[in-house]
Amino acid sequence: MRKMSENPYVPYPSEILQIIRHTDKEYTFRMRFTGEVRPGQFFEVSVPRYGEAPISVSGIGRDYVDLTIRRVGRVTSEVFEKGEGTSLLLRGPYGNGFDTSLYENGEVIVIAGGTGVSPVRGVIDALAGTKDARDKHVIVGFRSPSDMLFRDDLKRWDQALDLILTVDGAPEGYTGNIGLVTKYIPDVPIRDVKKARAVVVGPPPMMRFSVMGLLQKGFEEENIWVSQERKMCCGLGKCGHCRIGQTYVCLDGPVFNYTESKNMLD
Amino acid sequence: MGYVLSQDSFTRVLGKIGLDRRLYAPVNKVGEGRYTDVDVVRYDFISEAAEIEMEKKSDYAFKELLTPLSETLFFFTENEVKEADYDQREVLVFLRACDLHAVKRLDAIYLENGRFPDPFYKRIRDRVKFVLIGCGHSYEDCFCVSMGTNVAPEGYLFSVDLQDGSYYIDVKDQDLAPLFAAEAEAEQEVMARHVTENEVKVSVPADVPLAVYKDPLWDEYTARCINCGRCNFVCPTCTCYTMQDVFYTDNGKVGERRRVGASCMVDGYTNVAGGGQYRRTNGERMRFKVLHKIVDFRKRFGYDMCVGCGRCDQVCPEYISYANIINKVKKAAEGGAANA
Repeated sequence: MRKMSENPYVPYPSEILQIIRHTDKEYTFRMRFTGEVRPGQFFEVSVPRYGEAPISVSGIGRDYVDLTIRRVGRVTSEVFEKGEGTSLLLRGPYGNGFDTSLYENGEVIVIAGGTGVSPVRGVIDALAGTKDARDKHVIVGFRSPSDMLFRDDLKRWDQALDLILTVDGAPEGYTGNIGLVTKYIPDVPIRDVKKARAVVVGPPPMMRFSVMGLLQKGFEEENIWVSQERKMCCGLGKCGHCRIGQTYVCLDGPVFNYTESKNMLD
Repeated sequence: MGYVLSQDSFTRVLGKIGLDRRLYAPVNKVGEGRYTDVDVVRYDFISEAAEIEMEKKSDYAFKELLTPLSETLFFFTENEVKEADYDQREVLVFLRACDLHAVKRLDAIYLENGRFPDPFYKRIRDRVKFVLIGCGHSYEDCFCVSMGTNVAPEGYLFSVDLQDGSYYIDVKDQDLAPLFAAEAEAEQEVMARHVTENEVKVSVPADVPLAVYKDPLWDEYTARCINCGRCNFVCPTCTCYTMQDVFYTDNGKVGERRRVGASCMVDGYTNVAGGGQYRRTNGERMRFKVLHKIVDFRKRFGYDMCVGCGRCDQVCPEYISYANIINKVKKAAEGGAANA
């Protein structure tokens, strides 16, 4: 890889090693990258002349990072035109990311919705590899069966830990779970709710109601972590778009303990 | 050391100072205001004393020099990223005490916040020095005394006050003193004038409980504010920008990345991919802006962002008084009814 410029705004080219197609509009781009990075951090991905977009890290390997990208805007549409062997421009990683060591021991529940699975994919993988994986519970929700991401991972996770996979709605004949993720929170078997930890990532209403469900179940506020999605134009704490109160999501987050995030009003 | 100069002799000094520097000062632009036959005071490069608007308050701040409304960061050619060139000459900016205090706020965001000082800001900032314009009296909408920004004790090369046709200069930078001494009509003690009282007074709350974020006081601004964003563009401490890529129509393979001034009042500021948006109402946006200026910035940096220049009140097409909002927030924060 070319040496990073001294100027943090100057992106560096990174080769697309592999493209994994999940749905028509959601692909994972496996990008060449060596360096320190944590799940929940994000990169600014750009296609010159089209712009930049913040994308969270959905997977980490020895010489790569996975970026799961949804085709929704000007930049991401252009990214989807790229093939394996070509390159994208990157800046980052930015943000704090998840400290996976917090979730290695004891009972843990991860609740993720839609593309919110990307930032916690590395966390769930870490849970799947622990000794007491029986105590690790994961609730993953997608809008419909055709919106499901990371199908291979879901199979793997289903073997390794307690996975509840659900969809908001499905065509007739679908045999899996149907319902919002919040529906399944009360039934998750937690022995010591005062010590159990939780991670919640997804669209704002889903996070709000999931946290509510956890609190009702008896979870302590300080044992809940969330990841916030905001418009992070620069990732460097300058552009202002991701600010909430005194907090810059790109610097201080995107991962926050609930005791902090509950006081962050947009 | 203090000096008294005529307009012509001050111009000659400026000529010498300006040999290797650009001079950036408020200028009265005749007929260029928003309405027919209305003037506007904006910043521009000058070469003579008479060009500097010494009496009127500038409608726009100096900040466009440090944070241009549109700034090219780099150029893309087919295989290369090249950083944009910039003017390397030193700049001397003429500004009033409130604006000099504003520089500290711009520095806080661009140089201190985050892990890296902003290189594009820094390369301009390193070449900028200041001249303080004294304030003989308070202007309409000013509330610098309430914000503690009415006096600028340091951070400038010299101060200038225009009184009865003479320029009163207090030189802080001793390298410049001989230039003034050579042209001065008189050497005497000079102190930059400053305001000690404004007609507008605000009282900033020490802390704002979360309940105030949801207070109905903001609803009024959902009704009144038209989210034009002018308040952000005249504010000397607003720093937000958006990254923007463009490609040239005559050669689609070549383009540039810019940053352009952004407004937290305008639609699209918080839009995330897929249609998500935060703060949809203008009342919420007003709350976001106002509380940043008087609370949120202070929690991060230890002092208030607002410098009390009053330009936002002056420019608002809906006659919304930001100073008034501060006082309402204070009341609400202390548990009183905001509109009482």
